[in-house]
Amino acid sequence: MPIDNATAKTPALDLPPAEPAESPLAIQVEGLKKSFRIPTHRVDSFKERMVRPFAARDFRELKALDGVSFDIRQGEFFGIVGRNGSGKSTLLKLLASIYRADAGSIRMAGRLAPFIELGVGFNVDLTARENVVLNGVMMGLTPKETRGRLDAVLDFAELRDFVDLKLKNYSSGMLVRLAFSTMMQANADILLIDEVLAVGDAAFQQKCADAFREMKAAGKTIVLVTHEMTTVEEYCHRAMLIDSGKIQRIGDPSEIGREYLRLNFQHGSDVGQEAAPAVSEGARLLDAWIEDGDGKRAAGVEHGDRIRFRAEVEMTCDAAGVGVGLIIANADGVGMFHFGSPIEGKDGSGQLHTGERVKVRAELENPLAPGRYYVHCGVRQDGGRGDVSLYVHSAADFVVFGGDRAGGVLALEHEIEVEVEDGSAS
Amino acid sequence: MNAVPEASELREVSGPSSLGGGRRRLLDLLWLMSVTEFKRAYFGTVLGYVWSLVRPLMLFGVLLFVFTQVFKVGSEIHDYPVMLLLGIVQYTFFQEATQNAVTSVVAQEGVVRKTQFPRLVIPLATVLTAFFNFCLNLIIVFAFILAWGVTPAWTWLLYPVALTMLFVLTAALSTALSVLYVRFRDVAIIWTVLAQVLFYATPILYPLGPNGFEDPTLMRLLMINPLAVIFEQVRVWVLTEPAAPTAAEAAGGALHLLPALAIFVGVCAYAVWIFAREAPRIAEEL
Repeated sequence: MPIDNATAKTPALDLPPAEPAESPLAIQVEGLKKSFRIPTHRVDSFKERMVRPFAARDFRELKALDGVSFDIRQGEFFGIVGRNGSGKSTLLKLLASIYRADAGSIRMAGRLAPFIELGVGFNVDLTARENVVLNGVMMGLTPKETRGRLDAVLDFAELRDFVDLKLKNYSSGMLVRLAFSTMMQANADILLIDEVLAVGDAAFQQKCADAFREMKAAGKTIVLVTHEMTTVEEYCHRAMLIDSGKIQRIGDPSEIGREYLRLNFQHGSDVGQEAAPAVSEGARLLDAWIEDGDGKRAAGVEHGDRIRFRAEVEMTCDAAGVGVGLIIANADGVGMFHFGSPIEGKDGSGQLHTGERVKVRAELENPLAPGRYYVHCGVRQDGGRGDVSLYVHSAADFVVFGGDRAGGVLALEHEIEVEVEDGSAS
Repeated sequence: MNAVPEASELREVSGPSSLGGGRRRLLDLLWLMSVTEFKRAYFGTVLGYVWSLVRPLMLFGVLLFVFTQVFKVGSEIHDYPVMLLLGIVQYTFFQEATQNAVTSVVAQEGVVRKTQFPRLVIPLATVLTAFFNFCLNLIIVFAFILAWGVTPAWTWLLYPVALTMLFVLTAALSTALSVLYVRFRDVAIIWTVLAQVLFYATPILYPLGPNGFEDPTLMRLLMINPLAVIFEQVRVWVLTEPAAPTAAEAAGGALHLLPALAIFVGVCAYAVWIFAREAPRIAEEL
């Protein structure tokens, strides 16, 4: 069986990336190009085709991938990262043989199992048994092989008692478990994974993580496409950053991670960084940023780490009773937390003078759910009634990453106990 | 286990296609998909199969009444009821398969856009599912035929030939329609109308030959329709009605069957061509 062979020849068992530089190529991609034609007016009926026979010729071309070449070696855990619309999904679909390339070649060694989404092709009207077999054959196994593997799938998913239950009667958790174990048991040489890690509860995610480590240890070639940098840094030997259909960089995951965040930052809301010095009445915001623990500017804050906000304000008039106020808002513009402080002044009297610089250092815990956040910054006199009234929307922004994915706007430390007692009425 | 290619060997990946992934896989998948779909539809519920039989039987009952009691067309012809029944059941297969196939690829959008497998499986599985159903119905039809007093003849052995022709034509049309529907959404409506027309352009309601439909020019025209040729030949082979003209006789000579043959071959060739052309891009068009 392939697993035994693979374990024998690849001793890369532990996390320090044992570079499989010596092993033969698993995937070789050369000069891959793909563009999509987006018709300005879509003709989708014969009738329209009759009425205006040339309408469809009107289209604009979108270059999704523009000459991409890279190699992946056997036994490598390779990450592909990119922002939305960077072309990473197109690349994935080309690798998975869902799209056909316009130019260039993809060559692969061994069988590939693509997992673009968990549970694709599951039919809710069929039983788990039928679905597992159908899915296996879809992935290229013979019906006999899949039937032989059925037990292992059900054991991993812990669903042995529900083999003959139709999927429509499954809970969503059971469904995810079944889908994931079907995928695990496909036993392909190359696995192509698209952000499936982000499903299920924490316990299941742990199981997935273990399974990935096992596959990695077994010397499988794994290609992971994601925009979750932490996953890439945790698992991958090498990573590739792709943007606007071109490879930006291939290299060490942590290096790629930094590059990726930088890229995100440039394209994202750069209101805070470049356009911050806004002139207003009485005061001027010179700069505002987020720092990491070492005092360096950062674009992201990991869950559990503290949020360190810094700002510099210059006074353009003399004033007393001035305060600074900050609002942390999420991407939907909802205020998460408002806080502030009066400005004491150099002598503690509360008097400020023209040209004086006020340095704001705010540090707060980070219970925020993963996502992008903005810091709005205000400087006001007497609660807004005085001469000084400065308000800068989105003075800085940052991304919260990591942590357990749960619903809601906050990711709070929590304990939960659930108990069942006999009812009194029976 | 079967021959797994040497893992270290690099092979070209050419993207999706109608047969992509090998013939073996196509057949495995096709069989599995149609069997599970068939089981789901007819064995999950007791009434499932009954319903699929009720429709053609109801149609048969109504038409038999209309054409023997009201119009008295069929009452002169000995084999009329069985001819009607066999024709309706055969046509039901053709119509059900093609009608379901039209939307099949689009209905399976989620799978098509996210997994790689031979695209041809989708329309073909639909046809095969309908075919299983048809075969079940045939058992009942043949019971009827025997009860009617038709004695089995050696020509019954030729029936599978006609069935194969019908299956191939249905499969070809289904394949072409399913892929055309991805681009042109009015194909579904157009096909509903065309299928209706084809029903009347096939000798199902009206028998050919003496006491039936005898005009040689019209018969010749009718025999351009490959379905009409198949259905008429089935009547000759299975019902062994001496009054029924063979397809060649109805067309006025075997040579006059060539247009029907040309259409048959043309439809098959077009289906293969259009599907092979469109298959690599289906996922993008959806």
